[in-house]
Amino acid sequence: MRDYIIIGVFLIASAVFGILLLLISTLLRPKKPNKEKLSTYECGIETKGPTWIRFNVSYFMYALIFMLFDIETVFLLPWAVKFRALGIFAFIEMIIFIGILIIGLWYVWKEAVLKWK
Amino acid sequence: MENISKGLVYFLYVVAFVLLNIMYLIYLERKFSAFLQQRPGPNRVGPRGLMQTLVDVVKLFSKEDIIPEKADRWVFRLASLLVMVPALLVYVVLPFGKNMVIADLNLGLFYFLAVASLSSVFVLMAGWGSRNKFSLLGGMRVVAQVISYEIPMIFSLLGIVMLSGSLKMTEIVSAQSKVWFVFLQPVAFVIYFIAATAELNRGPFDLPEGEQEIIAGPFTEYSGIRYIMFYMAEYTHMIAVSALATTLFLGGPSGPVLPSWLWFILKTYFMILLFMLVRWTFPRIRLDHMMNFNWKYLIPISLANILLTGIGIQIFQLMKG
Repeated sequence: MRDYIIIGVFLIASAVFGILLLLISTLLRPKKPNKEKLSTYECGIETKGPTWIRFNVSYFMYALIFMLFDIETVFLLPWAVKFRALGIFAFIEMIIFIGILIIGLWYVWKEAVLKWK
Repeated sequence: MENISKGLVYFLYVVAFVLLNIMYLIYLERKFSAFLQQRPGPNRVGPRGLMQTLVDVVKLFSKEDIIPEKADRWVFRLASLLVMVPALLVYVVLPFGKNMVIADLNLGLFYFLAVASLSSVFVLMAGWGSRNKFSLLGGMRVVAQVISYEIPMIFSLLGIVMLSGSLKMTEIVSAQSKVWFVFLQPVAFVIYFIAATAELNRGPFDLPEGEQEIIAGPFTEYSGIRYIMFYMAEYTHMIAVSALATTLFLGGPSGPVLPSWLWFILKTYFMILLFMLVRWTFPRIRLDHMMNFNWKYLIPISLANILLTGIGIQIFQLMKG
């Protein structure tokens, strides 16, 4: 329990730390906004057109596969911790599990999903 | 109650450690890059330019805080406020020396990986909230990095977990009392190093902030103190990731003669210098190349590494009887 209380303290304290820095900075910095200053910088010249448009995220398919693999790591970690204790049995089980994944990766690769479009 | 006050004290320790280190890391990085590019680097403020960072910080502190009119104010502000949170949280599980772990969680490594990857969320928030086309692109690139390096990183660390049989940092360190894991898992070390560079958005993987193509990516619209926060978070993260590499691969705080915390810092700085060397000697790589590299090379290699480690451990156990 002690450990998690400390993590909680860190969580709150580090957020407060950010606010504190901002407060210190308000004492030092000027505040004279004008229209030119508050316009979007972007790349130096005036911005044109809307920014939040829908655009093609080329790596969408990667992201889907990432989800699968990321969930798999959650299964692999407890296995790795108990690997020595469980012996040969766990090892063969995991070869099958990883094998299925490798087949999946191979299939995805073959279907040209891992290709920047 | 006692725990809360203890936590606060630890927090102050960590902040002091991090701030001191960042101050001289920035100086070190500038001097080191200057050395590699055969120029003097900062040398005016203080002896040999040692006070340069301090002056820079004071300057940035007194700069006006500009929030663009069109920006998504809340997201913009929150991103800069909270970006330090995951960066500081990971220090809880790092063993700085013998009996110098703040909280020795039994899933320490898992906690580190889970929390450390959170920081990219805030960079994405910054990119989205700025309402600036290049920032948005930068934010999207951060996501692209996360989904490609994260898996090889965790896979490469699985070998370590298999060898030590624990996720606890202190137990991983004590498992290395005979041989450092960098010798047992050299492939994993290289993969971890590459993935960590991508996680830090540094070196050849600094696509999200590529100055030449998308200005400074998600940080373009930030000024003054808010910019410092991002900068600080990046360096805090770098120290943490180097410290993790030290813990997992380089034997952590163990070493002869010198006190354990000094060994830990020395090894961490060795890792940091490696990161710097890579950053200042390699050209930036293209986004699709990076994803290709991660998915088509690093993931298969790290999977093979897991299998090989498994076979190795089984053979070792059979031989022992």
